Amino acid sequence: MYVAVKGGERAIDNAHAWLAEERRGDASVAELSVAQIREQLALAVNRVMAEGSLYDPDLAALAIKQARGDLIEAVFLIRAYRTTLPRFGTSHPVDTGAMACDRRISATFKDLPGGQVLGPTFDYTHRLLDFALAAEGEAPHTPEREADDAAMPRVMDFLNREGLIEEARPSDDVPPDVTREPLAMPADRALRLQVLSRADEGFILGLAYSTQRGYARNHPFVGELRIGTVAVEMDVPELGFAVEIGEIALTECETVNQFTGSKTEPAQFTRGYGLVFGQTERKAISMALVDRALRWEELGEDDVGAPAQDAEFVLYHADNIQATGFLEHIKLPHYVDFQSELELVRKLRREASADADGHQEAAE
Amino acid sequence: MKDHGGTEDRRSWMGILARAPEGRAAACLDAAMARPGFTWLRAPEIGTVMVRGRAGGTGAPFNLGETTLTRCALKLADGTVGHAYIQGRRKADAEVAALCDALMQTEDAARIRRAVIEPLRTEADAARASRARKAAATKVDFFTMVRGED
Repeated sequence: MYVAVKGGERAIDNAHAWLAEERRGDASVAELSVAQIREQLALAVNRVMAEGSLYDPDLAALAIKQARGDLIEAVFLIRAYRTTLPRFGTSHPVDTGAMACDRRISATFKDLPGGQVLGPTFDYTHRLLDFALAAEGEAPHTPEREADDAAMPRVMDFLNREGLIEEARPSDDVPPDVTREPLAMPADRALRLQVLSRADEGFILGLAYSTQRGYARNHPFVGELRIGTVAVEMDVPELGFAVEIGEIALTECETVNQFTGSKTEPAQFTRGYGLVFGQTERKAISMALVDRALRWEELGEDDVGAPAQDAEFVLYHADNIQATGFLEHIKLPHYVDFQSELELVRKLRREASADADGHQEAAE
Repeated sequence: MKDHGGTEDRRSWMGILARAPEGRAAACLDAAMARPGFTWLRAPEIGTVMVRGRAGGTGAPFNLGETTLTRCALKLADGTVGHAYIQGRRKADAEVAALCDALMQTEDAARIRRAVIEPLRTEADAARASRARKAAATKVDFFTMVRGED
């Protein structure tokens, strides 16, 4: 059978022209600038950077504008742009212990050195719509207080002094990179952390919630959550030393999880880890819970068959660009595929009715 | 080429130039002197760097995600070479950063330090201190109710 495969160019061009007009919206309303998106929709920008796996607030803001606020479409644009850029190198691992913290809280220790610093949080707001924001107002003023330059040590270090928590020993292993090698099982923890950090927030949130509801429950506490900026350093071969190329904002979450011990390990606390670009704490906490659930094998826990324990299930379905690419392709023309299915169904029905006629004749 | 600074000093000024807000280093440099001529060894180009983290903050490294980067290298008339590696897609800023890096290795070092590096360092420190003061104002002061017989 012949199926037309050309045509539609004019319709496509006109659809895209209309898309551009709809994107702009009512022309009597002022147009959004990319800088406005970057500054005033910063958490959307952060999410697009995290899931696009490319830290560049201006590009993420542009992608959000182009995508009309569809954040997965914006992530898609960022991922596509990233593939056009050469990679100049790799940074030294960032030192989150030296983070300039905007926020740093612990749900396990009230009086920790450096204190509980709330930062610019939605926590403790009443979630009532603020109609004052609908009116143009003065720029808000933030109270300040003398800051002591005291370091903010990691909460984990306190538990470590008593030997009650598993240690994260440093290594200089070269981690696998999912942007260079296709995902393959078994995935070591470094690979899992990379995939989780760029995974869809909603998917990771749902999986993390499933562990809290009892599917591979691991009793997490937020040992520490910190948000702030860290310096990024990279080696420059032509100079022979490392230089600081700038700063990035990160959210880091360390969970402390109950662990009753195994044949080889005494009872102690274990850890889950989340690290995500930007101010993205829901994602970082979710990541830490899922990271911990995926560590069941290494910690000698039982496989209870929970989705969050299944690395293959989690990692192969966490990427929203892969998922949406495959999901959305089914709306594109499948005329030939469908024609063959249609022929098959007609043939089966013809055969079934011929069989039925045959049986009837035999019975008569 | 004379080396007026050690590696640590150079690392420090390159970091300050990289962290300067868009256009700020150019404004400082242009206010201080006319830009000298130079030739490109590597014209400004945009790419990425893979940023790494460590599991548990201190453990084995993993790839966190990339950030954009602009780099360039240039040579002054006297042969001094300047490099720039700065975050973001900022070719004009990279040119100024490389120019200042080169000038910091010449007779003009003191002038560039006074007019560009030190002001940028002061501004960066002030911005950081301002955020730290806002954060400090959100630090929780717990009141403990003492109760019981003693």
